[in-house]
Amino acid sequence: MATLAQQIVNGLVLGALIGLIALGYTMVYGIVQLINFAHGEVFMVGAFGAHFISLYVLPEGVPWYAALPVMFLAAVAVSVVVAMAMERLAYRPLRGAHTLAPLITALGVSILLQEVVRVFYPGATAPLPFPRAFPDGSLAVGPVTVLWTGVLALTVAPLLGAAVHLYVERSRLGRAMRATAQDADAARLMGIDTDRVTLATFVIGGVLAGVGAVLYGIHYTQIDTAIGFQNGIFAFTAAVLGGIGSIRGAMLGALCLGLVKSLAGQYAWGGAQYDYVWVFALLILVLMFRPQGFLGRPERVRA
Amino acid sequence: MLEVHGLSVAHGAIEAVKDVSFTVAEGQIVCLVGANGAGKTTTLRTISGLLRPVRGEIVFQGRPIHRLPAHAVLAAGIAHCPEGRRLFTGLTVEENLLLGAHLRRDRQIEPDLSRVYDLFPVLGERRTERAGLFSGGEQQMVAIGRAMMARPKLVMFDEPTMGLSPIMIQRIMDTLALLRDQGTTILMVEQNALAALTLADHGHVVDLGRTTLQGPGEHLLADPRIREAYLG
Repeated sequence: MATLAQQIVNGLVLGALIGLIALGYTMVYGIVQLINFAHGEVFMVGAFGAHFISLYVLPEGVPWYAALPVMFLAAVAVSVVVAMAMERLAYRPLRGAHTLAPLITALGVSILLQEVVRVFYPGATAPLPFPRAFPDGSLAVGPVTVLWTGVLALTVAPLLGAAVHLYVERSRLGRAMRATAQDADAARLMGIDTDRVTLATFVIGGVLAGVGAVLYGIHYTQIDTAIGFQNGIFAFTAAVLGGIGSIRGAMLGALCLGLVKSLAGQYAWGGAQYDYVWVFALLILVLMFRPQGFLGRPERVRA
Repeated sequence: MLEVHGLSVAHGAIEAVKDVSFTVAEGQIVCLVGANGAGKTTTLRTISGLLRPVRGEIVFQGRPIHRLPAHAVLAAGIAHCPEGRRLFTGLTVEENLLLGAHLRRDRQIEPDLSRVYDLFPVLGERRTERAGLFSGGEQQMVAIGRAMMARPKLVMFDEPTMGLSPIMIQRIMDTLALLRDQGTTILMVEQNALAALTLADHGHVVDLGRTTLQGPGEHLLADPRIREAYLG
């Protein structure tokens, strides 16, 4: 029982972090029907941005409560700038091109960013220890222990997810986003500058990825140039599970994915080495029986 | 008010609109009639800034607008109620109407919303329902209301009566006449040439991408060539 409860908590923490990345995938897909395979790298560069500010800029001996906000800001700034640059320089010139062109470009941007960080960031050819910018130790709930960093992730991620959901449902820009997602030409006839809406979507994705990157770093204590690819694939899977284009679906899909990975790693045949297999088996099952995902709407042909 | 000079628009290698010219005077209802594929919809989409012309120019209130993006054309005062209505069917009626006022920052948006609901009470009663749940005629009301929410000087309607019942067609045509009487200039494209030319102050027949005939609506209605080609 204790193990089960512990694995559920571990799965939820992973799911919460993946969810922050999955929101970026699902929102960008919703607006421009592009699977931005480089979005994992937006997350990765955020982690390196926070690492950089902590190691090379902040003076030694800064208490964690002062360092952590600075690291969040640095990660968000780096992620947002990279996300905006890829939209502006790589994707916008291809708007209206065949869908394969932006997709392959996204893969190229992903590899480019991984290599740039690996080659130019000091020491990034091997995994780097992430600064311990949060109290060590854990919260004990009966037999279950949750690292404080896990508690932080489980608090911040759902709050941010809910904030994004409310923003998209209630704000003027959110309304413009939903209109653009449904019919970009009609949105332009309403006076919506769809290029700006698209850029704003990349910015929101970058903010969430940057916050997620710091939460990830302090929880799993080390980062490398592959964390974007690895978690990006999970986040993309989560977004598809939940129904790509759906914000609540992305969070739900990510929590599901975290639980399956964690529980299968503990109980299923093959153990932790095979936990990926069960995640993607779940994806295949969902795609077979509910291809639109948990909360997605079935694809309709537009008039 | 609106002058189109020698407009040509291409879809890839094919010129969908060839050398079309016409003018719309303030306070008029002007109708473009012509067979399917004659380039009417393409003409409207180009005026809106969704497409770029290969040749020719579009001047609105003395200012060339054919290089402006769509949001700038709307800001200049031209709204476009597109073919097939293109409502945001997953959004509520009220959200659709508010999107029509997207560029506005003034305080008259709420009163304008009430005005649309006065004109079409069914929309007010069901304002929080998704637009996709409404009948074709009701959706056309939403589309007209949405275009009006921008407070445009000129509205372009593309096939506003397509697929509607005769009663609803009459209702839509009456609404367009009302808008004109309230000072909005209207440019419309209509397959239903009889209804359109009856209403129109001025008609332009667009054929194979060229303006072939033009004149006041009742003159065109009486023209034997029009009667033969479009009115049966």
